[in-house]
Amino acid sequence: MNSFFIYSLTGAGLFVLGLYALIVHAHLLRKILAINVMSSGVFLLLVALARHSGEPAAADPVLQAMVITGIVVAVSATALALVLMLKLHSATGQTQLHDDSGE
Amino acid sequence: MEAVLNSNWILLPVIVPLFGALLGFLIPGWVRFIGLITVVISATAVLLLGNQLLGEASVQHTVGGWDAPLGIVLHADGLSLLMLGITAAVFVAVSVHASDYFALPQVRHFWPLWLMLLGALNALFVSGDIFNLYVTLELMTLAAVALTALGDEPDALAGAMRYLLASLLGSVVYLLGVAFLYHQFGTLDITLLGERAEPVPALWLAAGLMFAGLMLKTALFPLHFWLPSAHASAPAPVSAILSALVIKATFYMLLRLWFEIFAPFTGGMFVAIAGALGALAILWGSVQALRQPRLKLLIAYSTVAQVGYLFVGFALAVASNSTVVWGAVLMLVLSHALAKAAMFLAAGNLLHFARHDRIADLDCLAQRLPLSVAAFGLAGVSIMGLPPSGGFTAKWLLLQAAFEQGRWEMLAVLIIGGLLAAAYIFRVLGHAFTPGSELSHTPPIIALRRGWPALLLALAAVLLGLLTTVVLDVLAIGNPVQLVGGAG
Amino acid sequence: MNLPAVLPVLIVATSLLVGLIIFALPEQRTGLRSTLNLTGAVVKLALVILMLWGVFHGQHYQSELPLVPGIDLVLRIDPISLLFVTLSSVLWLLTTIYAIGYLEGSPHRSRFFGFFSLCVAATAGVALSGNLITFLLFYELLTLATYPLVVHRGSEVARRAGQVYLAYTLGGGALLLIGIVWLYSLTGDVTFTLGGLGDSLQGQSRPALIMIFALLIAGLGVKAALVPFHSWLPQAMVAPAPVSALLHAVAVVKAGAFGIVLVLYEIFGIEFAAELGVTTPLTVLAAITIIYGSLRALSQDDLKRRLAFSTVSQVSYIALGVTILGPVAIVGGLVHLVHQGLMKVTLFFCAGNLAETLGIHKISDMDGVGRRMPWTMSAFTLSALGMIGVPPLAGFITKWYLGLGALQAEQGWVLLVLIGSSLLNAAYFLPVLQRAWFREPVGDWPRERHFGRKETAWLLLLPPLVTTAMAVGAGLFAAMPISPLQWVQFIVEGEGFIP
Repeated sequence: MNSFFIYSLTGAGLFVLGLYALIVHAHLLRKILAINVMSSGVFLLLVALARHSGEPAAADPVLQAMVITGIVVAVSATALALVLMLKLHSATGQTQLHDDSGE
Repeated sequence: MEAVLNSNWILLPVIVPLFGALLGFLIPGWVRFIGLITVVISATAVLLLGNQLLGEASVQHTVGGWDAPLGIVLHADGLSLLMLGITAAVFVAVSVHASDYFALPQVRHFWPLWLMLLGALNALFVSGDIFNLYVTLELMTLAAVALTALGDEPDALAGAMRYLLASLLGSVVYLLGVAFLYHQFGTLDITLLGERAEPVPALWLAAGLMFAGLMLKTALFPLHFWLPSAHASAPAPVSAILSALVIKATFYMLLRLWFEIFAPFTGGMFVAIAGALGALAILWGSVQALRQPRLKLLIAYSTVAQVGYLFVGFALAVASNSTVVWGAVLMLVLSHALAKAAMFLAAGNLLHFARHDRIADLDCLAQRLPLSVAAFGLAGVSIMGLPPSGGFTAKWLLLQAAFEQGRWEMLAVLIIGGLLAAAYIFRVLGHAFTPGSELSHTPPIIALRRGWPALLLALAAVLLGLLTTVVLDVLAIGNPVQLVGGAG
Repeated sequence: MNLPAVLPVLIVATSLLVGLIIFALPEQRTGLRSTLNLTGAVVKLALVILMLWGVFHGQHYQSELPLVPGIDLVLRIDPISLLFVTLSSVLWLLTTIYAIGYLEGSPHRSRFFGFFSLCVAATAGVALSGNLITFLLFYELLTLATYPLVVHRGSEVARRAGQVYLAYTLGGGALLLIGIVWLYSLTGDVTFTLGGLGDSLQGQSRPALIMIFALLIAGLGVKAALVPFHSWLPQAMVAPAPVSALLHAVAVVKAGAFGIVLVLYEIFGIEFAAELGVTTPLTVLAAITIIYGSLRALSQDDLKRRLAFSTVSQVSYIALGVTILGPVAIVGGLVHLVHQGLMKVTLFFCAGNLAETLGIHKISDMDGVGRRMPWTMSAFTLSALGMIGVPPLAGFITKWYLGLGALQAEQGWVLLVLIGSSLLNAAYFLPVLQRAWFREPVGDWPRERHFGRKETAWLLLLPPLVTTAMAVGAGLFAAMPISPLQWVQFIVEGEGFIP
């Protein structure tokens, strides 16, 4: 079992774990965290793949660029989500979304 | 003039809105002016790009001279041009409406985000690799969510939150698919992927993940749960763009990936599921629309139903393997974009006028707001799929395909969907003619620049059917629709 | 300018354009609106006459616009469409005059006349359409344009009637659409061709063709008010009288009947349809509708509802005539397209006059009304007698040809239907006439308006008098060269109508 498999399995594990948390938890902060965990899982996988698919010595720069871009995107998305959550909290006092769409 | 027409225009629709957005942040006093000008310049650039495409069939540009894999390659063909064109048209019209809609302080936040959204959409339509698509997708999502929450009402905030969570989930699932594709085939470039693709498990896994993510973002039943609350609670111009263009962008990605990469390998199973979910979406969305007490929710559920049409069209087009049927799917995309934008703008005017949008209390509006009611009705003609609208020619071609394939259940769904649409649209229009009671407040005067954009969009949707052959010709530019087994 | 290629478009466009301009006019510009309306109607009639003259000299008119690959939108003229378009433009002019008088001073006239014009544009489009797709386009446009007219009053009853109207007509449109798509995917051709599509139908599976025929006829039957698709028509009576006149005599019901004629003669071809065995069921359905409509009319006290059921019955004469194989019956059916239009439009004008001038809506209030409004009731009487089929009025010509045609085609039972229906017509019209002329008025009229020495406004009186004169003329001078009968005979005997 080489390091590639350890990293990629961990990445996949994080992804599944995050998805599970996203579905079962109602609190918005937990949901936001869950999505971040999912993203981290994907990034970890990408890093592992970078090592695996590039030359043995050097990691694949494309994948690393992707990870960096991905992190930037994830940070901005998280920031927006947190702001929204705070605004929602101050407007309604709620920290969860109610299932009020009538379904 | 010659030199102007002959230069490469692909970059401008991406750069101009992003630049305008920055400028808007920096000079808040002029933000409305900057916004309108930018939207118009961007639309002009799209026109020029269209002119260029007519001569060159497909346009490439490597940003900064850096080639793939590290650089960013932009690529445009007939499919991109149709999407860019509809985006430009809808944005111009809705921006005119929006220029009267927002007041301080919202107006300062609105225009930069608005231009950001335009830039993201344009960039998405000219992206040539699957990771760039992801980045533009996220940019689009963030701008769209922020715009949804602009109103600061609790409903809008909750809607935006739900929208954001669903979208982020969709994106991250898509990104996982990107990882698998890159790992297997060593490139992100769509064209290269198309050449290298072969039927291996990683490809199917990637296809499943990417399509699932995109279906969630396109709000295909039963993944539509986030759409009604977001689209119904956003400010009117934002609702219009969300329903008209943002969900279409992810559908465009789905088509692009299908044509370029997955079509030869992904078989009947996926298509059957997409078609079946589409059919269910049509029925479910229409029935829900019929039951909604509020106008904007009704329109939002109508979008759920119309997304269903896109996927039913997708299934029929894959099975018929003919460019004409793919053209019908594009006609659906375009006509729904025009019609739904018109509907949301009209609904916004009604809401502003009556201070509520309860359908049962919308009396007498045909007299008080003739422009908006006419816009709603005309847009309805296209949504119902009555001739000569774009919705009709699309439905006609799809019905024909359904007959040729013996898909009776699809035929029934297409017809029933049209009738249900008529039912929910005339549910609204019927009330518009009743004399009704006096309003409890002095109603505001609806400015002409809020009424006319809606009417013109609706008119365009109705007359689009007469341009079906033109749309088919544009779609043939650069041959983006790659049929399985070569020409067909 | 290439006149033969633009004239059909111009005929449709005149009313369309007038409609759009009227929408944009402010409510109070009554004079300008009336001028526009009348100008539009006159210009359109002039164009139709120009086209008549051209067709007489062997000119061929056709305009095309590609819609989807393989299918064009086609407007063209052939003898039978010329008949329908002439009828509709003449009656439009008269109905417009009437409507201007009728709606004087009432609210929302811009909206009303706008949709009124759109409605006529749609009817002209239906008349001139050169294939089933074009037909469908204008057929649906007609539905949409008439809806605001039906709900014009804005009352809750009107809104419900509008819903029922839409449910029927849009449902019918959907059936029609399925039929057309099916036909197109089988044959690749939906062009109206004299004598039918012929060869491209021959090799196809018969059950499929029968299904297609059923779908098309059901879709058209809704507007033509064939039983069991008729119940929208009496409900739509809540609309103002000019609308009823338009629905019953010129536009909606006629578009359905006209469509049935086209499907029989220019899509399937009457001989092929008979060979398929689909004409006899349609004849029977028409016969049932004729009797059923008359029976229902008997028990109505509301004058307009009685007239509505009478329409249900009378329009099916057209379907009856054109499904019986043989030139004589066809002449009877087609000529009734014109005769029924003239007579029914008169009856509705008169009913509208009674309602507008005296506030009379019910037959039981009509005692002695003949003395108060002799001109109106004379027009009413002549048209009612014509409907019954009293010689030498127009309805008699129809029934004579239908009966003769049925005997020729050895379908004697049709004669019984005709006799039964005439008796029923008499049974529901004669009591009305008896009340109007031979009873004493009971006290005051429900809501009387005075117009000096005239019995009512001249704008309201002129149109019914003109249409009655035409209806009487069509009967009296049936042998003259320009009578509807001669025209129809010319159509039927012309080349290719019957193979």
